Amino acid sequence: MIKGMKCSSWLGMVSLFVLTSTFGVAVSKKGAKEINVAAAADLSTAMHEVAQAYEEQTGVKVKLSFGASGSLTQQIENGAPFDVFFSADMDYPRQLISHGDAEAASLYRYAVGRLVLWTPADSALDVEHRGMNILTDPQVTKIALANPQHAPYGRAAVAAMKHVGLYDQVSDRLVLGENVSQAAQFVESGNAQIGFVALAHAVTPAMQGKGKYWQIPAEAYPELDQGVVVLAHSRHKEEAAAFVEYIKTKAATAVLRKYGFALPEQK
Amino acid sequence: MSIDWQVFWLTLQLAVVVSAILLVLGLPIAYWIAFSRWRWKFLVEAVVALPIVLPPTVLGFYVLVALGPHSPLGRWWIALTGHTLAFTFGGLVIGSILYSLPFAVQPFAASFAGVEHKLISASATLGASPIRTFWRVIAPLSVPGLITGTVLSFAHTMGEFGVVLMVGGNIPGVTRTVSIDIYDQVQASNYAAANQTALLLLVFCFAVLAAVYGLNRKVWAVGPGK
Repeated sequence: MIKGMKCSSWLGMVSLFVLTSTFGVAVSKKGAKEINVAAAADLSTAMHEVAQAYEEQTGVKVKLSFGASGSLTQQIENGAPFDVFFSADMDYPRQLISHGDAEAASLYRYAVGRLVLWTPADSALDVEHRGMNILTDPQVTKIALANPQHAPYGRAAVAAMKHVGLYDQVSDRLVLGENVSQAAQFVESGNAQIGFVALAHAVTPAMQGKGKYWQIPAEAYPELDQGVVVLAHSRHKEEAAAFVEYIKTKAATAVLRKYGFALPEQK
Repeated sequence: MSIDWQVFWLTLQLAVVVSAILLVLGLPIAYWIAFSRWRWKFLVEAVVALPIVLPPTVLGFYVLVALGPHSPLGRWWIALTGHTLAFTFGGLVIGSILYSLPFAVQPFAASFAGVEHKLISASATLGASPIRTFWRVIAPLSVPGLITGTVLSFAHTMGEFGVVLMVGGNIPGVTRTVSIDIYDQVQASNYAAANQTALLLLVFCFAVLAAVYGLNRKVWAVGPGK
C-alpha cells in the first residue's frame, strides 16, 4: 500500500515536471523570453533590484549568476551560456571582445566601483578615523581581500596598499576570498578583523548597522570602471541589448547610485 | 616548469597529518560502530557518513562560523591563542578531518565487523581482555581495511577543494593547496600551468590508489595466493 502510494506520487512528480518543462519551452518560443546575465560579485544586491524592476516592466526574465569577473570571463570563454556580462572592470570585457566572445559595439561603462575598508560594527578598530594606517595595528592579524589574480577589487586593494607603502609590511596578513563577496564574508564571520570590500556591500540594506567603513581615496587605486558587453554566442542578442539599454535609464542608474556606485557622467 | 612545489608539499603535509589523526581517531569510532549493540547506533552511523553526501560548502560554512569569534568554540580558541583558527594550517586540518572522516571510519568498521566472531569469542574465552583481543586478533585481521581507510582519507584530503576554499583564505605556504592552486590557474586562464599541476595530481592519486588496491589483492605475493 505504502509502496504503491510512493510509486504514484513519483509518477505524479515526473509528469508534472514533464508538463511544466514542455510548457516552459512553449512560452519561450512565443516571445516571452529570458536572458542569462553574468555579473561581478559587487553587483550581487544591486543587480537583483535592477533585474526585478526590468522583469516587471518588460516580462523578460533575467537570470543572474555572480562571481569574480576573471572567473566569469574564463567561464564565458569556455562556452558558458550567458547573454550579457557585467564586469567589475573594463579589461575583461575588452579581452572577450578581442577573442571574439563579445560584441565590440555593445561595450558600455555602466558604473564606477568604490573600494572601502570595512570592519564589523563592534570592532575596536577605529577604521573611520584611522583609514589604511589601521592595517598595521597589532590587533589586525588577518586582512581580507578578493583574489587579485582574477578579481578587479582585489587588484584595486593591492594597488591601494602599495600606494600608501604598506603592502610589504602587511602582505603576510592577507587572506584572499574567491571574489569580493567572499572577502566581505570573511570579515562578517569575524575570522578576519578587516577587509577590502565594495562600497556596494557596505551600504547594502542587509549590512546596515553591522559594520563601519572608510572609503579608500580614489587616487589610491586605478579607477574601477565597470563595463558591460553583449556576448557573441548569445542566442537572445536583441533581448540582451535591450537589457544593456535599460541599465542606462534613470530607473536603473538610480538603483546603482543607491548601492554606492558612481556613474560615468558624474565621476 | 611552472609547477609550484610549495603547494604540493603543503598539500602532502596536510594529507599526512589528517590521515594519521584519522587513523588514531577512527579506530575507537569504528570499533564502537562495528560491535556496539546500542539501539540508536544507526544515528551515529548516519552522522559519520554525512560528509559523503553534504556539499563541502555546507561543511566549510559551518567550520568557518564555528572557528570565528561568534561561536563559543571559536571564542575559546581565540582566548587561548589570540587568533582564529580560520586561515591557518590547523583550521584546514580540522575541516579536513571532518570532511574525510567517513573515508577512514567506514572501511575500518567494515573490516572489524568482517572478523570471524568465533575468533573473537575464542580470544575472550582464553581470558584476553577486549583491548588485548583487539590488538592481537581484530586489528591484525583488519589490516587491509585499515590500509584502505587510511589511504582513502589521505587521497581524499589531497584532492579536497570546497572546504579549503571556504575556510582557507588562499595563503601561499599556509592554506594554498594543490586544488586551490589549480582553480586559481584556471580562473586566470593559465591553462598550461593548470594542466601540469592537474596532471601531476592525477598521476599521484592514481599511483596511490593503484598501490593500495594492488597490495590488498596481494598481486605481488610470492607463492600461492588466495
